[in-house]
Amino acid sequence: MRPAFFKRPYRKLVPLALAAGLLSTGCGQQYVLLHPVGPVGQQELHLMELAAIAMGIVILVVFTLYFYAIIRFRDKPGNTAPYRPDWHGSKWLEILWWVLPAVLLTVIAIPTVKTTYALDHVPKGKDPIVIDVTSLTWKWLFEYPGQHVAAVNQLVIPTGKPVLFELTADSPMNTFWIPALGGMEYTMPNRVLPLWLQANKPGTYIGLSGQYSGTGFAKMFFHVKAVSPAAFNAWVAKTRKTASPMTMAVYDQLLKHNTTGQALYSSYPKDTFPTVANGFTLTGSGMYMVMRDKNDITYMPMQNP
Amino acid sequence: MNNPIGSLPAEFENTHEGVKILGFWVFLATDVMLFASLFAVYVVYRSRVALGPTPAQIFALGPVLAETLILLTSSFTVSLSLYAARQSRLKSAIGWLVVTLLLGASFVSLEIREFVKDVLAGHTWHQSAFLSGFFTLVGTHGSHVTFGIGWAVLLTLELVLRGLTVANRRKLFTFALYWHFLDIVWIFLFSVVYLAGVMT
Amino acid sequence: MRPWFIHLIKLLFPPQVLLPDIVGIDIGLTLSALAIALYLTKARRWGWLWREWLTTVDHKRIGIMYIIAALIMLFRGGVDALMIRSQLIVPEAHFMGAQQYDEVFTTHGTVMIFFMAMPFFFGLFNVAVPLMIGARDVAFPRLNAISFWLFAFGAALFNISFSIGGSPSAGWFSYPPYSELQFNPGVGENYYLLALQVSGIGSIATGINFLVTILKLRAPGMTLMKMPLFVWSALVTSTLILFAFPPLTVALGLTMLDRLFGASFFTLAHEGMPMMYANLFWIFGHPEVYILIMPAFGIFSEVVPTFSRKPLFGYEAMVISLLAITFLSYGVWVHHFFEMGAGPGVNVFFGLSTMLIAIPTGVKMFNWLFTMWGGRIRLSVPMLWQLGFIPTFVVGGASGVMLAAVAADYQYHNSYFVIAHFHNVIVGGTVFGLLSGMYYWWPKMFGWKLNERQGRWAFAFFFTGFWLTFMPQYFLGLEGMTRRMASYPPGLGWGGLNAMSTIGAFIMGVGFAILVYNIAWSRMHPEWDTTGDPWDGRTLEWSLPSPAPAYNFARIPEVHERDAWWAMKQRGETDAVKLSPDQVEPIHVPKNTPMPICLAVSFFVGSIGMVFAWHWMAILGGLGVVAALAYGSLEDDTDRELDPTTVLNTEKRLGRVHP
Repeated sequence: MRPAFFKRPYRKLVPLALAAGLLSTGCGQQYVLLHPVGPVGQQELHLMELAAIAMGIVILVVFTLYFYAIIRFRDKPGNTAPYRPDWHGSKWLEILWWVLPAVLLTVIAIPTVKTTYALDHVPKGKDPIVIDVTSLTWKWLFEYPGQHVAAVNQLVIPTGKPVLFELTADSPMNTFWIPALGGMEYTMPNRVLPLWLQANKPGTYIGLSGQYSGTGFAKMFFHVKAVSPAAFNAWVAKTRKTASPMTMAVYDQLLKHNTTGQALYSSYPKDTFPTVANGFTLTGSGMYMVMRDKNDITYMPMQNP
Repeated sequence: MNNPIGSLPAEFENTHEGVKILGFWVFLATDVMLFASLFAVYVVYRSRVALGPTPAQIFALGPVLAETLILLTSSFTVSLSLYAARQSRLKSAIGWLVVTLLLGASFVSLEIREFVKDVLAGHTWHQSAFLSGFFTLVGTHGSHVTFGIGWAVLLTLELVLRGLTVANRRKLFTFALYWHFLDIVWIFLFSVVYLAGVMT
Repeated sequence: MRPWFIHLIKLLFPPQVLLPDIVGIDIGLTLSALAIALYLTKARRWGWLWREWLTTVDHKRIGIMYIIAALIMLFRGGVDALMIRSQLIVPEAHFMGAQQYDEVFTTHGTVMIFFMAMPFFFGLFNVAVPLMIGARDVAFPRLNAISFWLFAFGAALFNISFSIGGSPSAGWFSYPPYSELQFNPGVGENYYLLALQVSGIGSIATGINFLVTILKLRAPGMTLMKMPLFVWSALVTSTLILFAFPPLTVALGLTMLDRLFGASFFTLAHEGMPMMYANLFWIFGHPEVYILIMPAFGIFSEVVPTFSRKPLFGYEAMVISLLAITFLSYGVWVHHFFEMGAGPGVNVFFGLSTMLIAIPTGVKMFNWLFTMWGGRIRLSVPMLWQLGFIPTFVVGGASGVMLAAVAADYQYHNSYFVIAHFHNVIVGGTVFGLLSGMYYWWPKMFGWKLNERQGRWAFAFFFTGFWLTFMPQYFLGLEGMTRRMASYPPGLGWGGLNAMSTIGAFIMGVGFAILVYNIAWSRMHPEWDTTGDPWDGRTLEWSLPSPAPAYNFARIPEVHERDAWWAMKQRGETDAVKLSPDQVEPIHVPKNTPMPICLAVSFFVGSIGMVFAWHWMAILGGLGVVAALAYGSLEDDTDRELDPTTVLNTEKRLGRVHP
């Protein structure tokens, strides 16, 4: 899919470029954005690296000219550098620096366009797990329409499989962000936005909100547990058996403005996500139509990308 | 102070006054942006009626047509006032200005009547995003007209007290600009809000 | 005590406002206000204050008042910044509660953008633009005073929220629905809305004023392409203001209607649409950041040639790039919310247009570098700020392009990477530019220079502190730290970089303290500028004495080329600016008027009424506004004439008359 130059040669340079910052604080594993564990985060990282290198070139050129100029052309007695008090322009130089940034930006722009379109929809031929995400005032509610379970402030997903998040809010806006897996998307009241992510490695990752929403906003962390598909199914079965159901009364409790711990529910009332109607089309890309029956969910691709 | 045909009108003769007229044009440009933003809001909100009425349910073209006619006429009368001022006919200028402000007042009172009717029917702007957008857009125009009436009253006073001085000629000219501008905004309002609302 | 009185006190001073630190600051502020009042009374200075400053319409004095107010606001915003950084120095710190932290970052952003940066460059516009184009004043001197007082009382309104009623806490862009009554029931948000609205009217008026001034009042011979670049930047900034502020007015106005009058624009219920606010706000907000940076570009385009003793490199390209940035800046606003689901087509369009802006900006950068190339660079303080600007701004611009890569922005968005980016461009660009301009034009404003040695120290601390504060924040972003967190948990590795950043912030604070000391010390030990041309300048303002007389130019100069004053000096024609006794004409100058300050006070009173929903007070303020406008409209006698003898005597005293 991606051109070859976009893949390899410069990737080795990035650790070098960031070495100073990394070394000053230890091993560098805490730089989650630089160690994505899923395809979305990885593609975003490629783009970040490419842009960083192109911009590194600009910075290098400017800094070189800059330091040379202030050292060479200082106003001090005995400076032998040529003084050209009437030099006010040069056609060729100026054409050069209209063109040069344009070229560099084109180098960034093409992969930007490609990645943006590529990440907009779940890869063809892969059936995603659908999870309905509602941001509440300082907590996260995750509902699994295919599995009929729900969770607060914790998320369990199978590895190696795309997860399609449908995001909405019954609160001020937040953004739903799992930095280790990929970029964020807003949760907005009266709207549903899609975001897909995937974890390729089992593990526990941090999720958080990126959009300030009040005094409890800084506490809106949640844990994302990526487990093997078999373990995921086992978790669903266990939750349905052992957890208590979520009633409207429980949901009303969740609407209160406070922070809470984690919780699991064996079922949830169907009116808690705004798209209970059949034939709901995802906003944004509109790539999937999600069909909801009483007890089941199917999705079908709307068009071939 | 009679102007032979072909020379500049008096309000442009003095460079200071000319500068002020340019300033007023620039102000009108910012007002265009203000209305453009409100129009954009309204157009997006038109379908967001929540549990409230749709546009077609609350718009009645009759009174709106009357308002349109009144405002268009007042645009004509303000031009007559300006024309009289350029011919240095003070009384006629004042007379047409008073007619203009009376027409403006009747426009505003008609609009208020419509608003009151809607609100009494329970259609406050609290009811839906659409109604919020509607009342705000039309109300902003209405309050511009109201401001214009206040301005016209002051202007009449100044004309009575000081006659057709250069400053007053310039003020009358900028007032006429303002008034025509409101007229144009109303034409957009009429078509985008009312006509399009009744059609759907 | 009567119940209504107790109720009023509870309303004005809700418990969250009565924190010990705030009460302490309140007492301190009250005492210093009393001290100033006492001094003015004792020294019999009230009349002087009223005649010379409060009612003035002289653009030079208005400029000075703007700059002083902006410095005070820089202090206030800076204290907010230090509070933020103190809270974040270690994980789970409890220097402040979450509510107070939210208020502090909100006021930090709002104060710095609307009440520090904007008035600061309005001040520099006022000080320099009319002098640079050879005008006697701005086009509308009275409107100019109105602009200033609306800003001043808007700022006052915003700042009293701190001690009366509670500060806003929804962030400087105040997204609904969080800013709606449902989630934000206090009066703080009302303060925010009204303060910005009041000062916004002033900003629009300033935009109109300078656009017309520059288009209409230039000296004979000064064509558009002979204008100094700073004047060009004032021109494009004014244009940007005119078209950017009305959408802000609408965004704030609609929020106000929601909060105060029960409309349903951005509410959760009744199909309100929060995203509409985001669009309206950033249609304003993105041009706004160029409104902030363009004047700095203009200042550097004056400072670099002066201190390199070389004309600006590529003047035409500089003008074209300003115009290109102006035009493009209206087409990039969605890059503030790629993640709101507009779809890849829209996002890519706005991402690419954002990258496009980098081209004209890069061109400017190279042109400044090549202005220095082959020159003779003097490291005076204005030039030092400029030299600090280039590396800082390049890094900020580069990170901006990285943010414009749409898919990558999904990771950077709302993280500390963004914080670092925009501080790099706004502090490294705007603030460095403004301080450079302040040092540059200070002698022209006051007649004495700021001490160079102290100025260097101020720069050194501020610059070092800046890099130490904001470079770690890029890495915090890569670690996944999001903005506006009142505290953060340990174990994510965020502690070390945050501590570095906090130390840097305090070093910047020391830099600011030195700057204030620099001003105070130089005031006490003035180094007088007797020539009017302390930097060996190139443009017309340096042909005047420092400070310039009320009417600026006794004789309006004729301009034949760019850098007109430099050319006169090169040709040895500097005597051309002097007056012959037989040439003297009477000069019209605008008369002082109390109307602007009365208008602004009325706005202030009315706004307080709106903030607390005291309708009688809002109506009172409204009537005051109407009365002031009517008075202004009816008052015809706005000019006074300086007779030739006065002019001649003034010029003689300045030594500017041919014998």
